[in-house]
Amino acid sequence: MSLHPDYKGNHHYKWEHLPNMKLSGLEPLEVTHETNFINIGERTNVAGSRKFLRLIMNDEFDEALSVARDQVEGGAQIIDINMDDGLIDGKEAMVKFLNLIASEPDISRVPIMIDSSKWEIVEAGLQCVQGKCIVNSISLKEGKAKFVSEAKKIRQYGAAVVVMAFDELGQADTYQRRIQICEESYRILVNEVGFPPQDIIFDPNVFPVATGMDEHRRNAIDFFLATRWIRENLPGAHVSGGISNVSFSFRGNNKVREAMHSAFLYHAINEGLDMGIVNPAMLEIYDDIPTDLLNHVEDVLLDRREDATERLLEFAETVSGSGKVRVVNLEWREGTLQERLTHSLVKGVADFILEDVEEARQIVDEPIEVIEGYLMNGMNVVGDLFGAGKMFLPQVVKSARVMKKAVAYLLPYIEASKTDNRSKGKVLMATVKGDVHDIGKNIVAVVLGCNNYDIIDLGVMVPANKILEAAKEHQVDVIGLSGLITPSLDEMAHVAKEMELLGMDLPLLIGGATTSKVHTAVKIDQHYTKGQTIHVLDASRSVTVVSDLLGDKKDAFVDNIKDEYETVRKNYAKKKGFKKFLSLAEARQNKFNIDWNTSEIAKPKLNGIEQLNDYDLNELREYIDWTPFFHTWELRGKYPAILEHEAMGEEATKLYREANAMLDTIISEKWLTAKASVGIWPANSVNDDDIEIYTNENRDTVLHTQFGMRQQLKKAKAANNVCVADFIAPKESGIKDYIGGFVVTTGLGIEKKVAEFEADHDDYNSILLKALADRLAEAFAERLHEIVRQSYWGYEETALEKAELIKEKYRGIRPAPGYPANPDHTEKPGLFKILNAEKLTGVSLTESMAMYPTASVSGWYFANPEAHYFGVGKVKTDQAERLADAKGIELERMKQWLSSNLDE
Amino acid sequence: MDGIREILKKRVLVLDGAMGTMIQRYKLEEEDFRRGWFEDHPNSLKGNNDLLSLTRPDIIKAIHAEYLEVGADIIETNTFSGTTIAQADYDLERAAYDINFHGAKLAKEVCEEFTAKNPNKPRFVAGSIGPTNVTLSLSPDVNDPGFRNTTFDKMVVAYSEQVKGLIEGGADLLLVETIFDTLNAKAALFAIEDVQNELGTDLPIMVSGTITDASGRTLSGQTTEAFLVSVQHANLLSIGLNCALGASALRPYLQILKNKAPFFTSAHPNAGLPNEMGEYDETPEIMADQIKTFLDEGLVNIVGGCCGTTPDHIKAMADLAANYSA
Repeated sequence: MSLHPDYKGNHHYKWEHLPNMKLSGLEPLEVTHETNFINIGERTNVAGSRKFLRLIMNDEFDEALSVARDQVEGGAQIIDINMDDGLIDGKEAMVKFLNLIASEPDISRVPIMIDSSKWEIVEAGLQCVQGKCIVNSISLKEGKAKFVSEAKKIRQYGAAVVVMAFDELGQADTYQRRIQICEESYRILVNEVGFPPQDIIFDPNVFPVATGMDEHRRNAIDFFLATRWIRENLPGAHVSGGISNVSFSFRGNNKVREAMHSAFLYHAINEGLDMGIVNPAMLEIYDDIPTDLLNHVEDVLLDRREDATERLLEFAETVSGSGKVRVVNLEWREGTLQERLTHSLVKGVADFILEDVEEARQIVDEPIEVIEGYLMNGMNVVGDLFGAGKMFLPQVVKSARVMKKAVAYLLPYIEASKTDNRSKGKVLMATVKGDVHDIGKNIVAVVLGCNNYDIIDLGVMVPANKILEAAKEHQVDVIGLSGLITPSLDEMAHVAKEMELLGMDLPLLIGGATTSKVHTAVKIDQHYTKGQTIHVLDASRSVTVVSDLLGDKKDAFVDNIKDEYETVRKNYAKKKGFKKFLSLAEARQNKFNIDWNTSEIAKPKLNGIEQLNDYDLNELREYIDWTPFFHTWELRGKYPAILEHEAMGEEATKLYREANAMLDTIISEKWLTAKASVGIWPANSVNDDDIEIYTNENRDTVLHTQFGMRQQLKKAKAANNVCVADFIAPKESGIKDYIGGFVVTTGLGIEKKVAEFEADHDDYNSILLKALADRLAEAFAERLHEIVRQSYWGYEETALEKAELIKEKYRGIRPAPGYPANPDHTEKPGLFKILNAEKLTGVSLTESMAMYPTASVSGWYFANPEAHYFGVGKVKTDQAERLADAKGIELERMKQWLSSNLDE
Repeated sequence: MDGIREILKKRVLVLDGAMGTMIQRYKLEEEDFRRGWFEDHPNSLKGNNDLLSLTRPDIIKAIHAEYLEVGADIIETNTFSGTTIAQADYDLERAAYDINFHGAKLAKEVCEEFTAKNPNKPRFVAGSIGPTNVTLSLSPDVNDPGFRNTTFDKMVVAYSEQVKGLIEGGADLLLVETIFDTLNAKAALFAIEDVQNELGTDLPIMVSGTITDASGRTLSGQTTEAFLVSVQHANLLSIGLNCALGASALRPYLQILKNKAPFFTSAHPNAGLPNEMGEYDETPEIMADQIKTFLDEGLVNIVGGCCGTTPDHIKAMADLAANYSA
């Protein structure tokens, strides 16, 4: 989807020849163009924080210092200090606070931003700070003479400076005014004052959007465009802004504000914003913003539609935030029996559960009462806390582990007394045919189980008929389908059609990473008319959805969903009509052109394939990207910052510790075995979209042909319609090019351990192990790619830091078949064949082309410096026809494979 | 004659050694610190070495000559405590300008003699600017961390007077040294810019910090790199480290400066750490061996000595430095 006609995507930094901006507190901070984004703490600001103002007014400087300390500990890389308030002596307060900070090494290690509109406060501040700080801000507001004299002083004090887009006519509020004032300011600073250009930071004014006033509609988009212009036209200059301004109209609705901040930052950073004053607690992860909310927010930020503001205001009313509170720890063993049981469940402590359960069993008449009374009371507390967002998923899974232990202990007694076990309802769960991914499904099963639903878990790769038979046999109340790979989406639609045929009316839940509300509404819901299909975004929603479905208000709930999905379908149809596509032939005309005469082609050292057997897991551990691991547990945040997160930090830290402890054991006891097959072959592109892979350098025998998919969406002028084949030199050029491929796995041996955990009712460790195996597989892919770059292909000379690896800042890419750059899953068997992967790695492909064991990664290596990741996106039928033709697959079958990419 | 920048591109320059250590050898009395200038001053002046440029210029010139004789390219003026702030301890604020003016003037005279004898080896006077005995970043009162016993503005005034005296006395370079509090140094650099603007001069500036402990930080808590970043705005000739640690302990921090600084680098360490008698006992040979590792690694462009070093130490370094080209 194109965001906005003016939006150009990533800005291109072209001032590498200039020195980087360097700042310092007790420690240095270098701002490079790879830094991405420097976040500046905003809470030590009397103008922005009532609490801080109160502390300063009451002379409570100790408390004020802890506000500063919290920010630094919370990840602020610079702290902004502002004492501009009519009720205090700003200069005196600034001096006192800065002098105090100088004695606090855990605060003063970061650079200071001295924030004041009064020069005398700025100068007093500059005289108190030994490190290189930033002055925020000066401008042409009161004329050039004052601007020049202040800038000269700042340079002499050795500070960097924020320049506001402000002149004698007022604050810049349009794109033109922004760039005109910034250019003028830059020219004066660099040419007349001799200010180092890398020490200039522009603040092109973040203004509120969605105010209802027409003249504010372009406030955000103009900021983005001005940011790009500054970064591309004023050599070395940086851009900053006070981000929270943008959401001013939504004070009180933190959920919407957080989404606005994140979306604003996302776009502004793309355009070159490299620092900003933000409250990290008021940020949602961009990827985690619900699609509908994000769309509404981006409509406003990018000024995409006339009624964007009205729509967001309306939508905002349906969205509200919630705070997060911690559970208090008690001297719990001294509490009553119920208190102790509740504590064990809430805290997920299994140490005393059996003795407490036994004590309870002695008291009650029927053993079932221990479950229905004591244990359910405890689980209700867990459910309430979780529902209120006061407990997080890893905690709930641990609670469930304790619960399962308790129930398992009681079962023999219950059997003996033959009492009926009443549950709230039965839910059937399955990962659909062709798919083996079950972490998400297991989490949902556990969460529902905790909430006293009976779970019939059919496992993975379950065909439709088996699901439906089991549903009848067990008389379930709800069916839940899960899957991760894109062909599973089709299989889910197939299950829905079968249910329709059988005349069923059970609610059908859809979940999994590639599923979406749009897909559910458009492709599944319509095929199943008697029952309601519902997309469940994550495990935490599953409880409310199921309880709504099985509760008294079912009809109202279902009606709501029906309306909502109808709207989703309408919007989808509208959007679809809006998009323009090129024919495949036209798209090929607009291919990504590499100048093959000058392009650097590295001759690989490896020719053919190589097996890596029993690779050292200890080494892979260092390559783990932890952020997705926390996402698996629905702890959304970036590692390592998440360990310090206000609300989730404690749980994240605990989880991280336990994960590492398990990793220790995985490695020492060799639970998992890592294997890989890697190959590099001579290759050239043919027929625009295909890559011929040759058996040897003579290039006369074709080993395999890889068929690529090409973007067909009509692009803005400068952009191309890319296909992976564009990254390989065409045969007719006569240039000798190469391609690589790989399959890695770290899942060998996992089954045995998982079975052991499951036998012990220990879902927590079972899920943990699977999640870790997945991370190790990704880590292996990363490490192997490094080995390829440095040895097998051998074009990379200096090793990159781990953090840079995770950001993929190296030359070359490794797109996987079935993923965005080449979404055709049927490309996998060819890759597996030429790598002899099934034999060399033990990884096999299911009928839906999922890899088994699941902790496996495969892909192609492209080494051209210009090769980059992209998404093919939607394609037209002509491309499906051409692929069906080329690969000898029946057209209807090909369309099925491509269904999530096909725009029909 | 090439300017110092051109010479530094070609070879390693040698800075002189300790002034205090050499003065001690003369076993001076109270009378020596007063002669002709402060005969009636009510306070004791013994130990206020900077005054000797005024009262015993013969001795100071002789010491300068000794260092130049053994091959020093740059000599430091006897003005380490020549600010009104440091002189306040002796109630001699009024002497500050004279200390600097005459300190620079007599050093220049000795240098000119030596340069005249061998024009191929021009000698330079570095006006020594010490850290003073107050700190802008630290409170002298542990119970009141927000307190400061001076202000940036007052330090700028004091440094301005010193800098003006040094420049007008004929210094070729300005050396802000033994920096344990970067904010003090920033005040000195601020003053230097003011005075140079006023006088229309453009003397190259050398900056030399002091790492006070094994963690590699200054007394005011900055890492070596943070220190560099904090003074980098002044267009420096060189940045380096002196005092406190012996040569061997300086090496990792010099590496940081060499790698990160867009300037020449310098080192003038002590002759080891003082022993239990307060004496520095690293011999010229031991020091030269350590300096040799700096030179082999290309870490420094200017070498010299601080506390405890003597003409023998400097001779050993000068002999060594002659083998290296930049």
